[in-house]
Amino acid sequence: MLPTDSKKALSFKRCIEDGDLVIVYERHDVMKPVKVTKDGVLQNRFGFYKHSDWIGKPLGAKVFSNKGKFVYLLAPTPELWTLVLSHRTQILYIADISFVVMYLEVVPGCVVLESGTGSGSLSTSLARAVAPTGHVYSFDFHEQRAVCAREDFEKTGVCSLVTVEVRDIQGQGFPEKLEGLADSVFLDLPQPWLAVPSAAKMLKEDGVLCSFSPCIEQVQRTCEVLRSDFIEIRTFEVLLRTYEVKEMKVETGAVIGENHDEKENGGQRPSKRKHVSNEDDYAVSHDNNSSTAATSVVMARPCSEARGHTGYLTFARLQCLS
Amino acid sequence: MEHSKDQAMSENQNNNNNKAQDPNPRFASEGCSVLLDVNDGDRLVFARLSSGAIFKIGNTNYSLKPLIGAPFGSLFQVETGEEGSFLSRILPIKKERSSSVNVIDDDGRDNRELIDNNESQNLTVEEIEAMRREGAKGEEIIEALIANSSTFDKKFQLSQEKYKLKKQKKYAPKVLLRRPFARSICEAYFKKYPARIGFIRVDALSLLLTMANVTAYSDVLVVDMVGGLVTGAVAERLGGTGYVCSTYKGDSPYSVEMVRMFNFTDKVKERIVHSPINELSSPKTASPEVNNQQGGVCKPEINISESSASDMVEDASVTAEAREVDDVVPESKIMKAPQPGAKASKEAVEMWKENGFSSLIMAAQDQDPWILAKEVLPLLSYSAPFAIYHQYLQPLATCMHNLQQGKMAINLQITEPWLREYQVLPSRSHPHMQMSSFGGYVLSGIRISTTS
Repeated sequence: MLPTDSKKALSFKRCIEDGDLVIVYERHDVMKPVKVTKDGVLQNRFGFYKHSDWIGKPLGAKVFSNKGKFVYLLAPTPELWTLVLSHRTQILYIADISFVVMYLEVVPGCVVLESGTGSGSLSTSLARAVAPTGHVYSFDFHEQRAVCAREDFEKTGVCSLVTVEVRDIQGQGFPEKLEGLADSVFLDLPQPWLAVPSAAKMLKEDGVLCSFSPCIEQVQRTCEVLRSDFIEIRTFEVLLRTYEVKEMKVETGAVIGENHDEKENGGQRPSKRKHVSNEDDYAVSHDNNSSTAATSVVMARPCSEARGHTGYLTFARLQCLS
Repeated sequence: MEHSKDQAMSENQNNNNNKAQDPNPRFASEGCSVLLDVNDGDRLVFARLSSGAIFKIGNTNYSLKPLIGAPFGSLFQVETGEEGSFLSRILPIKKERSSSVNVIDDDGRDNRELIDNNESQNLTVEEIEAMRREGAKGEEIIEALIANSSTFDKKFQLSQEKYKLKKQKKYAPKVLLRRPFARSICEAYFKKYPARIGFIRVDALSLLLTMANVTAYSDVLVVDMVGGLVTGAVAERLGGTGYVCSTYKGDSPYSVEMVRMFNFTDKVKERIVHSPINELSSPKTASPEVNNQQGGVCKPEINISESSASDMVEDASVTAEAREVDDVVPESKIMKAPQPGAKASKEAVEMWKENGFSSLIMAAQDQDPWILAKEVLPLLSYSAPFAIYHQYLQPLATCMHNLQQGKMAINLQITEPWLREYQVLPSRSHPHMQMSSFGGYVLSGIRISTTS
């Protein structure tokens, strides 16, 4: 997924190969991750697609089913992955993910700790930000989820950047071996305040911590604990509003009609319709005018439904004591 | 499990070995760019550290020399000594957890006895000034103010805290030394000069970087007409790998001056280049003259640190910042930062023509996004993501419609980020009374192959 392997980097010339992970794009809300194999077949409501037809095509290409319907084959990115990954837990979405990565000041080479791993939606974006020399240590107390997450990171090719461990961070804290090494820590836990003292030990001075909680009561308790070791404690909520764009025919004729009336009444300028002999004729031509005066306009409006709340993001910076 | 533990250990060791080239320097050194945060975000000022640099708080000038060598994140306070006032580092005392929740619930005091007649303070301005001249510490002045306030005791506990905070800001200002990151640079500009960065709020900037999949080893094309904010933010994520190529129409590249606010290493600066659109989109085998031109001017401006380190010249951007905020720094006292952004080498341009860019970010103020997108989108590899910023919705809507009609891209979406900050205090949590109601629009999508 990440272009650290130059052979796999996006390019006009890069063609789909056996073993590649591609995102099959039907519509913006219908996508599927597929591992390309020589004998593989993808079946959907449009018929079936042979993987062998895909091999050798560039990424971003259109491919057709036996019934002549097409889908696009896309290179995976953390954003597309977030849309297609299997939800083992509630996941973080693009607005929160983007904001967290930027606010945690994650740059290439950073060491980031995360708990819980969950479905690995944020982990993948963190891996992208620390690449090529940094590392993400992700912890989840759920054995099976950790295994699934490892498999996913293997599949998306970020496993060299992310280490998943089974550990109850609320109960045991982060492992000692990471003490003082973390540039940033991310907590997505039911009782984050229990993990804050340990997180403070892991962070380098001036390192940033983020805690994600859906409920304000959780935020309240976390902030109380944060105040003893952290400064710049700030809590945010970030959401996205999406817009739908449509081309519409808009009638502009009525305006023209009114102008005509004015001209008739005022009589200041020579009328364009001198040949018009009576009111009825005028009415007809007016109608014609208005229908031909309809123009196409591209318009945008917010989509009617949106995610109204995901969680509160609390950031804090470890105090500098040395 | 064993395996991953071993991996973790070896990663640690790597990290220790790499300390010399820490991507995230922890100490403010002479000549580096810093962000000074006065009184918890009340004022944000960029400065370049040198022994002669001066910073003005209120009516007093303070030397920035005490900041040199201090770790980022350290806090300074004004102190008065024999040679006048100076900034002095304070080490915070570990606060004990206070359980003040109950106290607040029981506090029955309110504002019924407060009268706005300006007579509640018995200390005069002259007396306060005299205390200052005698070298009284900020805290001492505040204590005197409280002792001489006839209404302080009658105030609700929360108002008392507010009163103290207000006086602390005035009489004992605190300066926090911060690392300039894309995040803090964007926030500082958005607060002071939003128009210069096209009203890009930090959440919108973070969306641009995410949606354009910016990561190490990628070749990111940018159209940056927001002073270099986007170019700098991308370079920060590249960490000295790949390229960020700022493209432009016309004769001269757009200014990326803001890049100097980041403390980029030379390795990172080398990856910031520019190239005009027509050069990037000209057919692959360019005519000999064009080649000569390109070859000749390869990296003319990059001339980094040697000359500038000794040069005590004004840093235009910093003083512009400072002068208008009326904070600060005589021009001659600031060290000039090296100017990044060379012309892209012929080899790089050829490589992009052959492979395409891996993603695109456009933040072009006063330009029609569709006209630009039409020209630059074909420079992207197939399946490359892009993100187009604009402060107006309509041009993006038209652009999106045209991209759809022309079947040039899929997964098209216009989004507007919304960001709200909260006050979180025991029994007093609520959204901030003031918020930014607009941070810009982002059109994102994925370029597709038009031949099938």
